[in-house]
Amino acid sequence: MAEASQIPMPVPAPRMSRVLDAAIDRGPALAAVAGLLLLWQGVVWFFEVPEYMAPSPVAVLGAFQDNAGTLWLNFWPTFLEAALGFVAGNLVAILLAVWFVHNSTAERAFFPIAVFVNTIPIIALAPILVLIFGNGFAPKIIIAGLICFFPTLVNMVRGLKAVSPATLDLMRVLSASNWEIFWKVRLQSSLPFLFAALKIASTTCVIGAIVAEWIGSNFGLGALIIEATFNFRSPLLYATVFTAALLAVVMFALVSFAEAKLIRWKSSDIH
Amino acid sequence: MVAVEQHTAAGNPAATPDPGAIRVDHLDVTFAEGTVVALKDVSVEIPQGAFVTILGPSGCGKSTLMRAIADLVPAARGAIDVQGQSPRDARADRNFSYVFQDATLLPWRTALENVQLPLEVGGGGDAHADPRDLLELVGLKGRENALPYELSGGMRQRVAIARALVTKPKILLMDEPFGALDEITRDKLNEEVLRIWRETGTTILFVTHSIPEAAFLGQYVLMLAAHPGRVKEFMKVELPPERRLADRDTLEFVQITAHLRKLLEEC
Ligand SMILES: Nc1ncnc2c1ncn2[C@@H]1O[C@H](COP(=O)(O)OP(=O)(O)OP(=O)(O)O)[C@@H](O)[C@H]1O
Ligand SMILES: [Mg+2]
Repeated sequence: MAEASQIPMPVPAPRMSRVLDAAIDRGPALAAVAGLLLLWQGVVWFFEVPEYMAPSPVAVLGAFQDNAGTLWLNFWPTFLEAALGFVAGNLVAILLAVWFVHNSTAERAFFPIAVFVNTIPIIALAPILVLIFGNGFAPKIIIAGLICFFPTLVNMVRGLKAVSPATLDLMRVLSASNWEIFWKVRLQSSLPFLFAALKIASTTCVIGAIVAEWIGSNFGLGALIIEATFNFRSPLLYATVFTAALLAVVMFALVSFAEAKLIRWKSSDIH
Repeated sequence: MVAVEQHTAAGNPAATPDPGAIRVDHLDVTFAEGTVVALKDVSVEIPQGAFVTILGPSGCGKSTLMRAIADLVPAARGAIDVQGQSPRDARADRNFSYVFQDATLLPWRTALENVQLPLEVGGGGDAHADPRDLLELVGLKGRENALPYELSGGMRQRVAIARALVTKPKILLMDEPFGALDEITRDKLNEEVLRIWRETGTTILFVTHSIPEAAFLGQYVLMLAAHPGRVKEFMKVELPPERRLADRDTLEFVQITAHLRKLLEEC
């Protein structure tokens, strides 16, 4: 049977050439970054820009070295707030989405409220939460969670509903219960939608944590940013900003890794 | 009329001694609160173990009839009897399987896991065939662990057929199962469906748009007319049950398709 014969599978390339391929793949990006850093260094030197205004890459590197302890010490609280906010915000969003999909009355009642909460600027919300919850971790986690919440809610609801009518007919013919349909079909088919939202949330939760730390906090990368700015310690400011960016990249990479592990399939509707 | 024995629209129970696999009795199906009449006074009796193809113009209610038999749409009037049961009970007892136009495989499950799905939900049913044997039966031995996106459209539809057979249904409802496939693949799958029908003795209802397909596959052809959907003709196809693709060039076959084409034009 010609049609059922084996489709040739891509043969994994030997390890060495894979590494080489990756290097060639990323080559242009690395070259561009190096070029920009050189340009930045050149501009600072040539125009003799004062350090407090814009430090050179070399000065920022020095700040990393001199303040490694401080950066490390302030990295952890921000990481913790962002991660806990990420988990809490997304968990609430996922559970709400599951509820909405099974109860349209609940959706009609609470979805407008979710939309309203989403329209409140996070920066305006931060002081209110600090007044209520004080100066500790709580307001930061809440803000990091709130910023994740809405995109995940919307995407998860869409994902859970993205089951084709034909698949639902199939499950009906098989006398599947609502629970079986949820567990065997809806949850799985929502995963690509969920991860699209989680990838956004993985970086915005860091923003949420940092913004929350701006409001009268004495720890975390956000507090360090404020302190470095007011003391004109520009190299430290830049080093802190880079650390925050690194944190967001790590969060994003973790979510992407989980996605690659959990979703090994592609929709076959495209063919 | 050569080679075509005609029955009345209500079927001819006297010609078949065993009780019918499916009996549809003065069935009406309506949509949009009765404003759209999809089927009007449809009565037909499908003999046990028969291969019945359903033909008719687009929108005449072929899918609706199948869906009513499968308890996917309710009857507005009349009754349906599936293996002596109501469609709902027949469904719960796994007396029939449904093959849709799209393979409707779950994309995260392998071919084998898709075939196993009916055994995992809705109580699983009592009788079941070995999913690996079924994949072999439909010519997919060696592709058990392939995900749907790694399979061609024809292969996916084969998986869907294997999945439909895993509960050993007495009746197979197939609604344009090969409508989206190219002609070569379609011919090949048609031959295989015939082989499966002969080997398993399953009653098959098979909706198609193609006159040659209807004549090639069917022991009986059920022709529906549109506006409203009703039975135009239920006739026996007088061809030997062992059929080869080449038989489609014989005079008898051409006469039958010509007759069907004429009937279809009157619908
Ligand atoms: N869910 C529905 N709601 C409203 N009208 C419907 C619905 N399903 C079918 N109909 C109507 O019932 C009639 C018969 O539809 P059906 O799908 O059974 O036709 P068909 O013979 O299968 O057509 P085709 O050959 O194009 O598949 C059509 O007029 C269609 O518009
Ligand atoms: Mg149809």
